Amino acid sequence: MIRLEAVCRTYRLGDQPVKALDRVDLDIDAGAYVSVMGPSGSGKSTLLNVIGLLDTPDSGRYQLEGREMTCLDEEARAAERNRRIGFVFQAYHLIDRLSARENIELPLVLAGMAPSERRPLVDDIVDRLGLTERAGHLPRQLSGGQRQRVAIARAVIRKPALLLADEPTGNLDSHSGAEVIELLEELNDQGITLLVVTHDPNIGRRAGRRLRMEDGRITADRSGTETGDALR
Amino acid sequence: MRFADLLQFNGRLLLRQRFRTAMSLLAMAVGVAAVLLLTGLGEGARQFVLNEFSLLGSDVLIMLPGRKETTGGMPPITGEGTRDITLEDVEALGRLNGVRRVAPLIVGNAQTHVGGRSRELLTVGTSEVFFAIRKLKTLQGRPLPVMPLKRAEPVCILGTDARRELFGARPALGEWLRIGDRRFRVIGILDDRGESLGMEMSEAILIPVAAAQQIFDVQGMFRVFLQVRPGSPMEDVRGEILALMQQRHGGERDVTLITQDALLGAFDDILRLLTLGVGAIAAISLLVAGILIMNITLISVSQRTREIGLLKALGASAATVRLLFVCEALQLALLGCLIGIASGYGLLALGHWLWPLLPFVVSLWALGAALLIAIATALLFAWLPASRAARLPPVLALQGMQGGAR
Repeated sequence: MIRLEAVCRTYRLGDQPVKALDRVDLDIDAGAYVSVMGPSGSGKSTLLNVIGLLDTPDSGRYQLEGREMTCLDEEARAAERNRRIGFVFQAYHLIDRLSARENIELPLVLAGMAPSERRPLVDDIVDRLGLTERAGHLPRQLSGGQRQRVAIARAVIRKPALLLADEPTGNLDSHSGAEVIELLEELNDQGITLLVVTHDPNIGRRAGRRLRMEDGRITADRSGTETGDALR
Repeated sequence: MRFADLLQFNGRLLLRQRFRTAMSLLAMAVGVAAVLLLTGLGEGARQFVLNEFSLLGSDVLIMLPGRKETTGGMPPITGEGTRDITLEDVEALGRLNGVRRVAPLIVGNAQTHVGGRSRELLTVGTSEVFFAIRKLKTLQGRPLPVMPLKRAEPVCILGTDARRELFGARPALGEWLRIGDRRFRVIGILDDRGESLGMEMSEAILIPVAAAQQIFDVQGMFRVFLQVRPGSPMEDVRGEILALMQQRHGGERDVTLITQDALLGAFDDILRLLTLGVGAIAAISLLVAGILIMNITLISVSQRTREIGLLKALGASAATVRLLFVCEALQLALLGCLIGIASGYGLLALGHWLWPLLPFVVSLWALGAALLIAIATALLFAWLPASRAARLPPVLALQGMQGGAR
């Protein structure tokens, strides 16, 4: 489903070029549950952004669901993001003047869907994520856990094939964090491909496939059940 | 993104920032209202003047003593004083083929006494023809009687204000009054028609032209009104009149003939230019409002950097983001325009109510121009910040950074 070949991405930090991705090769199957861990600045967020079409690689190839992504222009990338990819951010990124429901509806609005078509979709997802009572509230009236649920609802409303979560529990207490992770895993069970970037080893180890990044390279790629190594 | 959704999305934003929205709406509204008001006033003044002058009728020529060249060049140095236009001249003019009727006019200020009261009034010496040409009517009594021009019949017609000043609440018709050292009987009261051609007729007193000659001790006419016979070409009659006067004044062409059209044309041009001028000044305030909208949009873009990043992540294309911000500015501008139009019309209506004499008209061209300028400035000035928003790289924008470099 995702195929990266020799993908490079270099940032300029002042005069210093920083290699965020250094010839990264990666294959991810549809429906996989992948965690990406590593120290700060190792390039995990950049990897997520490149896969999420928010960032473009300097060189290398990127295929999503068998389609070449590297040659798309910004308009086409925006359309792909809308249709195939859902994002969950550490800082939720909800629009504070819109109610929970309107935030969830936003991707459909941007896609130009008619209100009558939008309503049942939003009703359904609000119901599924247990947000019915909170749907009319503004983000500031919600708890952190509820906000992240709203953000997840927004990420999956378009039924994307790929869900990208960048530190989804970073701003949450352990209890809410666990709930959010369970929700993401539940969605993964229903078939969505899930990619989680995290600092938290307890979360990272739950994934079926665990990547470790350092200096822009993937240094470890483990699948299957947990072994003693990953705990260290 | 659907249009209705776009409007709603921006509407929420504008409602959220009420103060900022109110301020930019105010700026826009003031600009539009100013354009409407000033052009409305100018246009009203123009129509007022035109109405006043067209009362004269387009078949009337006005003769002035002395030659006033409108073609430029040196004034004649050799000219001895111009000759008066005498009553004999007037009578001769009346006998011309192309002239239907002639009204002489002598105007001056004279002390008028009734009992103990004394007022200085505009005293107009003329004939019954003047009433016909100027379409003057009497409220009470009758106009000047038909009689030979040289007869100084001791009768007068009073304007309404003149009547009030002299007689107060007492009846005036049939009473005697004194102008200078001559006595006149009031035979009529003028219908109040306000000012026309710079003469406040309601404060005037009309007497036979020969009587005015005696009071002011003059022979020459101040003006002569000539009405052209229907069907006679104006230019021919003009030539006829000038030829006659030249012949009567010993070969000297020492009178000036003005047509109403020439007068009106000059006034019309001046007032139209004036209206345009004040309209343009008002339009500058619209430009200022446009710059304000640009600043608002710039602030909006920098405050909403993260939101722009998010919208892009959710699938908004650069074009959609630009559209969002341009639309926000347009919505502000249009709403401001509506408020401005409403208040502009309101103020003009109020003005018309306060001064019914002055016609207040909103010319459609001013309305159209105001709208056009408002929308064009909003579009123009919002385009730059909106494009900046559209160009923001999503990754940086999500982190709240606006740096162009990636």
